[in-house]
Amino acid sequence: MSSVRLVAVSWLLQFKMIMRSPFDGFGNVIYPLFFATVAFLVFRAGDSPRTLIYASFGAAVMGMWSSVSTSAGSAMQRERWWGTLELLVAAPRHFSLILLPSTLGLATVGIYNLAATLLWGRFLFGVHLTIAHPLLFALAIVGTVVSFGGLGFLFAVSFVRFRAAWVLGNFFEYPVWLICGFLVPIAFLPGWVHPISWALAPTWGMNAIRESALGGSPLPDLGACLGLGLGYVTLGVLVTDRVLRAARLRGTLSLT
Amino acid sequence: MAAIEAEGLRRTYKTHTGTLRRRAKEIEAVRGIAFAVEPGELFGLLGPNGAGKTTTIKMLITLLIPTGGTARVLGLDVVREAREVRKRIGYVFGGERGVYERLSGYDNLRYFAELYGVPAREQKRRIEELLELVGLKGREHERAEGYSRGMKQRLHVARGLLHDPQVLFLDEPTIGLDPVGAREVRATIASLTAAGKTVLLTTHYMFEADALCDRIAVISKGSIVAEGTPLDLKRGVAQGSVVEVEVYGIAAEAVERVRGLNGVVAVAVEEREQAQVLVVQTETEVELTQAILGHLKGADVGRISRREPTLEDAYVALVAE
Repeated sequence: MSSVRLVAVSWLLQFKMIMRSPFDGFGNVIYPLFFATVAFLVFRAGDSPRTLIYASFGAAVMGMWSSVSTSAGSAMQRERWWGTLELLVAAPRHFSLILLPSTLGLATVGIYNLAATLLWGRFLFGVHLTIAHPLLFALAIVGTVVSFGGLGFLFAVSFVRFRAAWVLGNFFEYPVWLICGFLVPIAFLPGWVHPISWALAPTWGMNAIRESALGGSPLPDLGACLGLGLGYVTLGVLVTDRVLRAARLRGTLSLT
Repeated sequence: MAAIEAEGLRRTYKTHTGTLRRRAKEIEAVRGIAFAVEPGELFGLLGPNGAGKTTTIKMLITLLIPTGGTARVLGLDVVREAREVRKRIGYVFGGERGVYERLSGYDNLRYFAELYGVPAREQKRRIEELLELVGLKGREHERAEGYSRGMKQRLHVARGLLHDPQVLFLDEPTIGLDPVGAREVRATIASLTAAGKTVLLTTHYMFEADALCDRIAVISKGSIVAEGTPLDLKRGVAQGSVVEVEVYGIAAEAVERVRGLNGVVAVAVEEREQAQVLVVQTETEVELTQAILGHLKGADVGRISRREPTLEDAYVALVAE
């Protein structure tokens, strides 16, 4: 029970911090709209309303993913810079219980990204979306957020060990857009890429959101998305102690 | 059983030099130190920057794994029983870092209360008590980014005490504080041992260690060079005298020549505005003023004075060896 409370309170306070930063806030508000604009302009040229709807959901999830991948890395670096990372590690609770709410908080910001992108498309580009299964659509979004949080958590664990690893967060941002079929179906990609796409929860989260909106059956995709998310968290928890031990051996928890 | 014990504690770091031809270099930050702190004692680890104080404290609070030797806190091994150690200790460091600036002081404490497993029903009362203790009552709902350095430092102290730890590690808690702020933090530290806590304090302020500590260990270049009560350390250097020579542009070779004079205990060069002051500690009954001046030929010499050694000179003598 106290672990659930820890995760809930930590999530709330992390979310509070993200929302209070004017610069982070500005980035979170503006960035997804750029993604959306580019996607809408490119796909509008194709003159197919269905393609534009496909792209609008892709652009929305792009924003969600970007806020997790880039922020998970920089969040750990920020903790290091603030001198709070050592305090978190020195706390008696298992470090994964401290880290997970932090990445979940970042993933939650992704819900705004999704909503902002869809509204941007609606009012600026006239993309009318009708959601076939609103409840399943909401579930698909929550499932995607949770699995993104799980993947961000796995990233963040490795970022604790390596001082410069936060750069990888940026590195993962763009390839996932392509590999997970945000804008282009993965069927268009070479066969050897497919297993990588299947191992990444964003692929299934993206599918679940599209299927629920367009009237398909999102549950298998949602199940795969949540299953992978759970897998990332389990892997992260299992390697946390080893990663922390390596960081304590090499003295990489602080800046100096 | 001692509250804190270190035996042969050692820590080396690997660093690299060069870009294309990278060479690994090993730096010994702590070189096999040993000390014990009894329950309820306020023990000071005194030393200059880079002496190994923070590295020692980080090994004791489980943030660094020693490369040699052992350390125990309340009988628990800091490597094998790290989580149990963490439940029983508090850690406070100096400076403005270590605070979530975008959160209020209250939210900072609430967050760490969760991390340290303070039961939910006790959190409110405990936070209120600590805000009162450190004098932040009434400002707790303001964001920490607006706090003065002293307020942030007092917030650190409150955070370190949230889970009522038996042992507290304070790493230079008054660094950078103005005299009033530093005095307030020192008063809070003094009240901790009165409440039965064991405290290990690191500082490079001799007077602070003198005022607060029951016992002091002086650490220099990773080794303990002296240990005892403040009185013991003062006795060790209460003899001899100090010659201070104001010079403008003294060469390093001249300093070394003075250091080599018979009867010289320690030599330090202090920067004072435009001038440098050569501070030479000498043995009792030895008159070295002329000999020192003889080695300063070519340098522009100003005022010369002779005085009794202070506690700070004792410290300089120890860490300069």
